[in-house]
Amino acid sequence: MGAFGRHPVARRFGEAAVTLVGVSILTFVLLRVVPGDQITAAYGTAAGDLSPEQLQALEAYYGVNEPLLSQYLGWLGGVLTGNLGVSATSHLSVLSMTAQSLPNTVELAVLAIMIGLALGIPGGMLAASRPGRARDQISQVTSLVALSVPSFLLAAVVSSWLVNTVGWYPNGEGYRTLSEDPGLNLQQMLLPALVLGISIAPPILQTTRAAILTVRSEDYVRTARAKGVSGRRLQVRHILRNALIPVVTMSGLQFGFLLGGALVVEQIFAIPGIGRQVLLGLEQKEYAVVQSTVLVIAVMFVLVNLLTDVLYRLVDPRVRVQ
Amino acid sequence: MSAAADMHGVPEVPTTRAAGRWAKAFRTPSGIVGLVLMALVTVLALLAAVGVGQDPAAQDVQAALQGPSGSHWFGTDQFGRDIFARVCAGLANSLRVALVSVTVAAIGGVLLGILAGYYQGVLDRVVGVITNVLFAFPSLLLALALAATLHRSWLTVAIAIAVVYLPIFARVARGPVLTLRHAEYVLAATAVGRSRLSTLFEHVLPNILGILVVQVTLSLSWAILTEAALSFLGFGTPPPAASLGGMVYAAQTLSSVAPWMLFAPGVALILAVVGLNLLGDGLRAALDPRGTNQ
Repeated sequence: MGAFGRHPVARRFGEAAVTLVGVSILTFVLLRVVPGDQITAAYGTAAGDLSPEQLQALEAYYGVNEPLLSQYLGWLGGVLTGNLGVSATSHLSVLSMTAQSLPNTVELAVLAIMIGLALGIPGGMLAASRPGRARDQISQVTSLVALSVPSFLLAAVVSSWLVNTVGWYPNGEGYRTLSEDPGLNLQQMLLPALVLGISIAPPILQTTRAAILTVRSEDYVRTARAKGVSGRRLQVRHILRNALIPVVTMSGLQFGFLLGGALVVEQIFAIPGIGRQVLLGLEQKEYAVVQSTVLVIAVMFVLVNLLTDVLYRLVDPRVRVQ
Repeated sequence: MSAAADMHGVPEVPTTRAAGRWAKAFRTPSGIVGLVLMALVTVLALLAAVGVGQDPAAQDVQAALQGPSGSHWFGTDQFGRDIFARVCAGLANSLRVALVSVTVAAIGGVLLGILAGYYQGVLDRVVGVITNVLFAFPSLLLALALAATLHRSWLTVAIAIAVVYLPIFARVARGPVLTLRHAEYVLAATAVGRSRLSTLFEHVLPNILGILVVQVTLSLSWAILTEAALSFLGFGTPPPAASLGGMVYAAQTLSSVAPWMLFAPGVALILAVVGLNLLGDGLRAALDPRGTNQ
């Protein structure tokens, strides 16, 4: 992308800008191909009884009689000024719905990342300490199995076991946000965060293992060894600190993924997050809600990835030199 | 393009010894276990496809929600349908969706990726923007949005999954082509008068097949998971057709009265995905010795 200058960070920003335009077009088109247009969506079977005049008036009301390009630009203009549309069912604006649901998803994602790191980094260190030996094989097999169990299956098993056998159901009286009731909120978040944490631990484990193995054979580690540095100091200061750089990148990617990918777990554990907002919108055929929410998720995903990339360059001077 | 895509080196897969490498894949422990699991899964799916055993659609309200027994090995569901028969039919559905979606994604993505990497220029930039845009959506969300807006059938689910995985194949194929286009034998083929297009398909494509086979195997497992997640959410393969995700959903809602319902579809799903992941691991060890493929 030469058009955006030579500096890699500038180029990365330019790339993100082009991607965001593409994202908005794709999201717009997605709504246009919805079976039945907005009129059918709003009026259901009654749309068939509308007279041609009524239909025309409604088309003008929804703006669907204009050319596609001006519809797109009008929609984009609205989105850029914070007008994400209104839900016909709840009469809430999508902006305020998102302001309520997004913090729940972010909280869940942060907790899940913490659990994923707590499982993945020690696991990766353990695997890398004796590559090819029993502990490595065991952690590889464990992470492969964890990768293969879909999160919705794990969530379904865990939640039905807790409800039926243990009789513990923290969601019984509805969801409480972190500020409303921190104790109950954390109880409600524990299992979904654990399920998501288990599903993102394998890539973190693999990245940690690979990074440690690479760093261990670096010249500076050999120099440190030759200088007489050994034991914990070598492992932590010289190896782990450098190996964590790709792990941070991987965590950033996983965080972005969790913002939109947590929707199944949000659905099962009845957490009113942003993924559940999409699902509810789809169920109620509120395509304006779906469209805006999907756009918000995609934009955040692009921005989180951009931020991760830029941070990575700041943390690792070698990338800057290249 | 991300750093990961550019890190792909030239795969060391001499085509003449390809057969030996393939055999090697099935001598690693993970390759063998993966092959056995996939053979089991395929046989179960084929049983359903040719109609051996009980009818997965046959309802018997008298026998609804029965536990495992001699006549119903894994019990019956809320309509009295045999769960084992439905798991076999569900596996057949999973494999069908996965094969169709990955075939479409692989052919489309690889074509875009190798053409972009080989010809560079505007084509490369356009393909780059398309892959970036598709990567901007969390994969399940994009598949969900596509599947929910199209007419619901197993085929539209497969196409939605194909669209999501197409950019992955484009990236995986493009990386090595960037290096290979400067390889001496590629330059030599052009020098002796081969057209660039025939060089691409006769000399470049065969050399990235190893990486692609690994990617196909892993993508099949992701496609099975995505189809199951979509069906679980109610936007996948429409009922009354059997789908593993739909069965897990039904089992979860009925878990207080019929906990056994969760067992068979859950285990079948895990076996299929573990099998494909192990097979992919074995193939990667044999075909992609540097392990550059993430």
